[in-house]
Amino acid sequence: MDLKTLTYIIVGATFAMYFGIAIWAKASSTAEFYAAGRGVHPIANGMATAADWMSAASFISMAGLIAFTGYGGSVFLMGWTGGYVLLAMLLAPYLRKFGRFTVPEFIGDRYYSQTARIVAVICLIVASITYVIGQMKGVGVAFSRFMETSFEVGLFSGMAIVFVYAVLGGMKGITYTQIAQYIVLIFAYTVPAIFISLQLTGNPIPQLGLGSTMAGDSIYLLDKLDQIVTELGFKEYTTSKLGGTLNMFLYTLSLMIGTAGLPHVIIRFFTVPKVKDARSSAGWALVFIAILYTTAPAVGAMARLNLINTIQTGPIGEPTANLVAEERPLWMKRWEETGLLGFEDKNGDGRIQFYNDEDPAFQAKAEAWGWKGNEMTKVDRDIMVLANPEIASLPNWVIALVAAGGLAAALSTAAGLLLAIASAISHDLLKGVFKPDISETGELLASRIAMAGAIVVAGYLGLNPPGFAAQVVALAFGLAASSIFPALMMGIFSKRVNNVGAILGMLSGLGVTLIYIFWFKGWFFIPGTEMAPNDAAHWFLGISPEAFGSVGAAVNFAVAMLVSRVTAAPPDRIQHLVEDIRIPRGAGVASAH
Amino acid sequence: MNDAEKAQAYWKANLRLLTICLVIWFIVSYLFGILLVDALNTIQIGGYKLGFWFAQQGSIYVFVALIFFYAARMNRYDREFGVEEE
Repeated sequence: MDLKTLTYIIVGATFAMYFGIAIWAKASSTAEFYAAGRGVHPIANGMATAADWMSAASFISMAGLIAFTGYGGSVFLMGWTGGYVLLAMLLAPYLRKFGRFTVPEFIGDRYYSQTARIVAVICLIVASITYVIGQMKGVGVAFSRFMETSFEVGLFSGMAIVFVYAVLGGMKGITYTQIAQYIVLIFAYTVPAIFISLQLTGNPIPQLGLGSTMAGDSIYLLDKLDQIVTELGFKEYTTSKLGGTLNMFLYTLSLMIGTAGLPHVIIRFFTVPKVKDARSSAGWALVFIAILYTTAPAVGAMARLNLINTIQTGPIGEPTANLVAEERPLWMKRWEETGLLGFEDKNGDGRIQFYNDEDPAFQAKAEAWGWKGNEMTKVDRDIMVLANPEIASLPNWVIALVAAGGLAAALSTAAGLLLAIASAISHDLLKGVFKPDISETGELLASRIAMAGAIVVAGYLGLNPPGFAAQVVALAFGLAASSIFPALMMGIFSKRVNNVGAILGMLSGLGVTLIYIFWFKGWFFIPGTEMAPNDAAHWFLGISPEAFGSVGAAVNFAVAMLVSRVTAAPPDRIQHLVEDIRIPRGAGVASAH
Repeated sequence: MNDAEKAQAYWKANLRLLTICLVIWFIVSYLFGILLVDALNTIQIGGYKLGFWFAQQGSIYVFVALIFFYAARMNRYDREFGVEEE
């Protein structure tokens, strides 16, 4: 069967499954719409959280990012997993005990302030909307690449599917589809990885293959990779840093506290029955995430090695040791059509040279061989995962599976984000601020309308992405790290932090982070308004804008503590509230609220 | 102990446990994976340099173990201090 038919069958089957689940898991109350009736088993919630969390970026981009940054890519691996430790120990159980539906609701109640709640709603909506644009784009790209439809058709199909199960089922529908999507995406990620690890090292477990010797050779895979990349003038794979040590430290920290502070992840822990389930569920979530995250570095390293070996077929410097352009494999031609891969025969020798021409010492050596610059003019890092099965000549069904996996990753994250946005609008703004006397049926209807509206807005932005779509990571994590995480943590661990302190803390943390990001990326990301070039030489202490969220968080903590110290302590009822959320007893009562 | 004292003792025990867990969390990622990575890379485990292994594999395994350890300990504390859910 040809690839296109197979892709339609596999993707079609997964979509039929999501529809079936949507009809089965219809929400009939606000508790079901916002929190799946608080009846989700901790392991099931862990799986749903993993799908919720692992986006198109984790599935498609991360391994490629690691392939080209080597050791430096570790910031993403540690940053996007270590946040779950913070979530499990500092936030999830207490917020579950508090027993409400949204993150801004906790901030509003704990800091007895509608202003605080509205600040939190704004942070939530901005972070989630920027994040969801990327998912919608991912859906469109996956469709158009694998199913040969136009980008628009792909995007509309994705919107229609999310519409059915998110509007109908709310958190309940989303939870059960996310579980199915997790299974699809993890299968799609690990199967090609196992094949490739087996081919290269003879070991079927990628995590072990990465530390093994090459098949039929006594040299370790990582040593071989280090050797070949340095011989081609690139930085050594296993030691190349991302900026300096300080930058890597703060980058990792920003991603960790940003992860713990992202509302669409936090609300998943409102769906489990008990406080102790919230703790273990975070552990299960990380187990399911770790399966992908420990495979990704193997995929990255092996894809890099495969790519280089395809082009550099013999000893470096020998005239016949480079791939003849006319004889390049089919997958290269196929990916050239998408514009994600490109080469240019600069020295006109009919062969392809792929090396680092930005290293002057190596460039001098290369010129002696008649090389006139790196001829792989475009290698988009996303193709490392998408083209991986083709590079390794795996069967067509594996390639079709990767398409279904990428779609599952994008759709599951989009749905989680949309729910966070919809509940902030219907529960925090409408019921919380504008119309407190709204009936349950009225609120349920409002939340469905808000969800539908959010899908339309996300779809529109996916079709007409604002210039800043690519900056989403810096913005979403910066916002969550500098505003939401500190406010939540202090709300639980300090009885002294009051309304004024929390509001000023959030605003100053947010302000510092945004100014720093805008300084190097342009005010509101408008091109040409940058105040300084976005490179390490101009960054403050070499800290990249993506890594600055942790500095913003530190500012937030400091301002909130200082201001609270010189203003009135929170009222007694708030101090009792804090004491109450610190112990699990009584959660059953709270959830009936 | 009355209920308020129990709750306070429970919170203290929780904070102590939290501190231990977060120190380990810090050591495996920030210390082994970033600050001491060059020194640890002189040690080789199979094909992995040790610092590189902590940064791309080991820290994640320890994170998972830490959460389950914390959850199990807290379940015990919940019972010992009489604050478990009904």
